[in-house]
Amino acid sequence: MDKMTQLLKLLENTKSIEINEFRMDFDELELHLMPAIQQAVQKAVTTEKAIATEIMAMEEFKPPIQDYPGKVAEVQLGKGSRTPVYLGGQQALYRFEEPQPNPPVVTFDVFDIPMPGLPRPIREHFSDVMESPGEWAKKAVKEFGANMVTMHLIGTGPKVMDKTPREGAQAVEEVLQAVDVPLVIGASGDPVKDPLVLEAAAEAAQGERCLLASANLDLDYRKVAKAAVDNDHAVLSWSITDVNMQKTLNRYLLKEGLTHNDIVMDPTTCALGYGIEFSIDIMTRTRLAALKGDTDLQMPMSSGTTNAWGSREAWMKKEEWGPTDYRGPIWEIVTGLTMMLNGVDIFMMLHPTSVKLLREIGDTFVKDYMTTELPEISDWITQLEG
Amino acid sequence: MSVTAMDIYRLLPKTNCAKCGEASCMAFATKLSEKETDLELCTELAANEMQALENLLAPAVREVIIGKGDKAIAIGGDEVLYRYELTYYNPTALVIDVNDEMEAAEFEERVKTIENTEFERTGELLTLDAIALRNKSGDADKFAAAASKLKESKYPLVLCSLDPLAMKKALEVVGDENPLIYGVTENNFEDMADLAVEYQCPVTLFVPGDLEKMKELSHALRAKGLKDIVLDPGTFVGDAIGDTLDNFVMIKRLAIEERDEDFRFPILGIPALLRLNNDEDEVTKSIKEATIAATLLNKYADILILNGTEIWEIIPVLTLRQSLYTDPRKPQAVDAGLYEFGELDENSPVLLTTNFALTYYTVEGDLKSGKASTYLLVLDTVGRAVDVSLAGGQLNGKAVADLIKETGIEDKVKTRKMIIPGLAAPVSGEIEDDSGWEVVVGPRDSSAVPDYLTKEL
Ligand code: SF4
Repeated sequence: MDKMTQLLKLLENTKSIEINEFRMDFDELELHLMPAIQQAVQKAVTTEKAIATEIMAMEEFKPPIQDYPGKVAEVQLGKGSRTPVYLGGQQALYRFEEPQPNPPVVTFDVFDIPMPGLPRPIREHFSDVMESPGEWAKKAVKEFGANMVTMHLIGTGPKVMDKTPREGAQAVEEVLQAVDVPLVIGASGDPVKDPLVLEAAAEAAQGERCLLASANLDLDYRKVAKAAVDNDHAVLSWSITDVNMQKTLNRYLLKEGLTHNDIVMDPTTCALGYGIEFSIDIMTRTRLAALKGDTDLQMPMSSGTTNAWGSREAWMKKEEWGPTDYRGPIWEIVTGLTMMLNGVDIFMMLHPTSVKLLREIGDTFVKDYMTTELPEISDWITQLEG
Repeated sequence: MSVTAMDIYRLLPKTNCAKCGEASCMAFATKLSEKETDLELCTELAANEMQALENLLAPAVREVIIGKGDKAIAIGGDEVLYRYELTYYNPTALVIDVNDEMEAAEFEERVKTIENTEFERTGELLTLDAIALRNKSGDADKFAAAASKLKESKYPLVLCSLDPLAMKKALEVVGDENPLIYGVTENNFEDMADLAVEYQCPVTLFVPGDLEKMKELSHALRAKGLKDIVLDPGTFVGDAIGDTLDNFVMIKRLAIEERDEDFRFPILGIPALLRLNNDEDEVTKSIKEATIAATLLNKYADILILNGTEIWEIIPVLTLRQSLYTDPRKPQAVDAGLYEFGELDENSPVLLTTNFALTYYTVEGDLKSGKASTYLLVLDTVGRAVDVSLAGGQLNGKAVADLIKETGIEDKVKTRKMIIPGLAAPVSGEIEDDSGWEVVVGPRDSSAVPDYLTKEL
């Protein structure tokens, strides 16, 4: 064999040869046979690459499923004459790891006074029933499929109508009569009066397992907790976008005799465009902590999604933004949906369309991965109209 | 997870020569770990050292560029699954489609609408990012002709055709502008992938509903030397949205937590598919399309193709994107203190608000557009909004009294009357007690302030 052939043979067999080394060893050849060698080297390198990629064996596809030591407690709402609803119970973050046992739940806002201040797209649906909390609740359940109803006792606010706790309790009784879904009972946001209002309402609804909204560090949370323990209700534990505040409050409530199965957390929902990213971070951290084993945070979460209607993009008339009839519901859905995707279990909402769309997505959270028939989309490029 | 400053420091020259503009190699390493400087600024690295650092610094999800020059946009580049862990990079590109069967006038109109769509929020102009041209006709020449019309557009292109012949014809026209090819499938794999190699363009891999196959084909694309890959695992809506979410999340988790090389690419979602074989009314479709877009923005699309152009559909999507991609490491606050608007004298009104950036910019925008003349006291509430700081206790009588002293507003006006936000009503008494000023509760929304000022004063 001549040197050239030898060289080519060599290149063929030793595909991993480094070009640098090769140049050193066959220096003089390189001078004479430059083009030929270059070609050969090129070829060898190409084959080497191809083989390298073949060798770059592909690991098998494995779904990235994680183990979580912690579990979110399950909270039952509704007992006695109510059809119960269950919240929480997750042992994983995502459906492909393990579907959550209970779908997200929506509770419709109902008020004990006609609310002229509600945005028009909502008044439109409820203006005929606003004078009566019972009728209002009925409409939410019958026509719009509410899983639950939130009775806001706004009228008890000292600066609103200063109704007595007893009057508040009567409104609750009226709603309990009218519907058989579980209730959230909210007060007016007055730190002094709220515990008294909730206490009276809790007694009126004894044994019906309502969610008392809310206990927080600014008011007599002990009274609220006691009202819940004595009358078999659950408590909404409300903190202001602060994981540590949430932990502290939860611990206090647990000390008052409530268990993990009696507490729902409200880490505060900031509306889309008005700090929603803070809520995203807090909800995510809270749920991850729970699954990682932080027992102070292993409760379901709630979102006051209605906050979205306070955003000017939702209600303000402005020609160049389009009709509020559409902007409002979207603002509420996107706010709620974002919270849902970050772990929230129960949503306080106002608009029927928002509720419907949120639920459509939420209901898929309890199904197993790839058990639904997938729509045919492979020809979307030619088939999509418009 | 993301690399630490220490990991980077180990590979730097450690001479502290300061040519990079930082005082020391460690300082430079820290900035690099936070993506706040460029590796190229260290002039002291040999080629192989540079390469090692580049590999180390490569984000978990590859950053892919679409378009060229001032039209270029970047997608991907993420390091974390949850924004609070660091920040998200490269806001999800929002793309609207046009198709090659449209009449010339309609086509032009739609392109103009896309280019003119904008929405201003907190001092930032939010816009769309690219145009997707759809080969609806199935005809190669029509596709190429439409592509050539888009050459003039101010946005980069996504070329959507599964027919390699049509793609080739379009690339002959716009291939030098680095469009995103959509896409390679199991059926057209060789021909379409070869076009991406030939034209050196980023390419989408479309494998609906099968991550196992997606991995295989992604691997095969990489074997061809392609690096700029975008993954479309299929956007299924309706009851199947759960599967869509699962697939998106799995891909991102595989990229970030498992560093699976076949999945370390940006993800493409198509909320427009909501409109496929859907006979609901147009409004419902638009609301639902926005809903799907919001879902995929959250988890974890890097580029989205939409069909709807109604501004009320686009605004919430733009807003959510802006929120998700704000940097959680940067305080969302403006400086506290006294701000002045319009022409002022000693009788000018005094307003109060908080230093949450969003609150401040909203109020500022309203005062300016309403041509109001007023002083504005901005209270340090550690960047919290009025209602949140009220609940959190930062907005209180004592804090406002201190702010009055610190800003010296009492030397500028002779009135002692302050207008506070409607939402701050619960602390009005407290502020009066602590400051000695008269407090008036103003409108709940600052859009009503200019009118309020004219009426009240
Ligand atoms: S230029 Fe490079 S070597 Fe010099 S201080 Fe900066 S990082 Fe260190």
